[in-house]
Amino acid sequence: MASLRTTSRLFAASRPLFRPASFARTYATVDSNVSETPKMKTFKIYRWNPDTPTEKPTMQSYELDLNKTGPMMLDALIRIKNELDPTLTFRRSCREGICGSCAMNIDGVNTLACLCRIPTETTKESRIYPLPHTYVVKDLVPDLTLFYKQYKSIKPYLQRDTPTADGLENRQSPEDRRKLDGLYECILCACCSTSCPSYWWNQEEYLGPAILLQSYRWLVDSRDEKTAERKAALDNSMSVYRCHTILNCTRTCPKGLNPGRAIAETKKMLAA
Amino acid sequence: MFSQKLVQQSVRRLAVQQPLAIQSMVRASPAAATLGLQKRAVTSTAAEENSILAKQRMNRPVSPHLAIYRPQIGWVASGLNRVTGVALSGTLYLWATAYLASPALGWHVESASMVAAMGALPFAAKVLLKTIMALPFTFHSFNGLRHLMWDLGRGLSNNVIIKSGWTVVGVSVASALALAFV
Repeated sequence: MASLRTTSRLFAASRPLFRPASFARTYATVDSNVSETPKMKTFKIYRWNPDTPTEKPTMQSYELDLNKTGPMMLDALIRIKNELDPTLTFRRSCREGICGSCAMNIDGVNTLACLCRIPTETTKESRIYPLPHTYVVKDLVPDLTLFYKQYKSIKPYLQRDTPTADGLENRQSPEDRRKLDGLYECILCACCSTSCPSYWWNQEEYLGPAILLQSYRWLVDSRDEKTAERKAALDNSMSVYRCHTILNCTRTCPKGLNPGRAIAETKKMLAA
Repeated sequence: MFSQKLVQQSVRRLAVQQPLAIQSMVRASPAAATLGLQKRAVTSTAAEENSILAKQRMNRPVSPHLAIYRPQIGWVASGLNRVTGVALSGTLYLWATAYLASPALGWHVESASMVAAMGALPFAAKVLLKTIMALPFTFHSFNGLRHLMWDLGRGLSNNVIIKSGWTVVGVSVASALALAFV
């Protein structure tokens, strides 16, 4: 009896092995037998090739059947690259909104392709551009060198000279820790900075919402001891004060953060 | 396939037993890459990076911006705030300069003659002209209150930004029409 029970349990454990092959999946796809009528949607995508730099950027159209495509814009882009045009170039990595690679302008708004649903109405085409007012490396890939240099310029790390009393970790109260909520989640995808008209016109000197949110994250950190130096570095007409509260940053953030509020609080700190 | 594995195995054994021999082998052999060891030469210095970037940017296009961004109440209202501000102050400067210069040039831009000129216009033209003058003023005033609120750090959530924007549009249009019919 005991031996019988063991074999039946063994059999149950191995059941997934005998599943039909159609269950095998790689990328997010939709079962093709859900709907017979194809739902064709047009995607117009910005193209520019550095190998032919004299040719002007163009918009190229691709048609996909939404019944066979995953729900997100990134699924559509990956499918276009896999099945229609392998030369299409874009950045992507995590496909779940934590790496910030697939930031682009979709239907006029900056967002992450992996967090953006494909609008199901097939009569309207979707237009995909690289992040606005950036130098284009190729197709949907923007040059973010300046953005990262600006991030480096605000010294985004803990600065303190005095060791803690017990020589252990730099502790902070739950209240002080709570001040960092809504700031530390930023993934530096550059959606907000490249949605900001002030940043479009003044990106050589204005830091832009993403970097200012990071800057505020270190200004309010109770463990940081260089608050005065950080404030002095911002206290000029360009670094912060090119912000004219247009608030495209807050509207567009794919992580639901509020760079506009961080900048407003920074201004209040500088005025105090 | 098999011979390659054999070589790898023997090299690994050698590395464990006589590490010095392996080191000299790697140094001597240009085919060290086959052992999984690679050396990559650094071709640009930090100082050169900027000039390389500048050269690349000579060719790279700037991606489209204002023309392709979706019209949203936030940035459109902010843009109109700037435009109306310039228009209002520009009108003031123009009129004030004309007022100063009027005695010398013989113009009549003082209040009495402007009231008389306005009174001579037909009713529809009066309303139209007054709306055109009042709307930038009311919009700029009410939107200015919105900006003051944001400078105090209030009303910065997405919901309030959108609602207050449309409220300003409604209130400024209504008050401009009210002023036009006065």
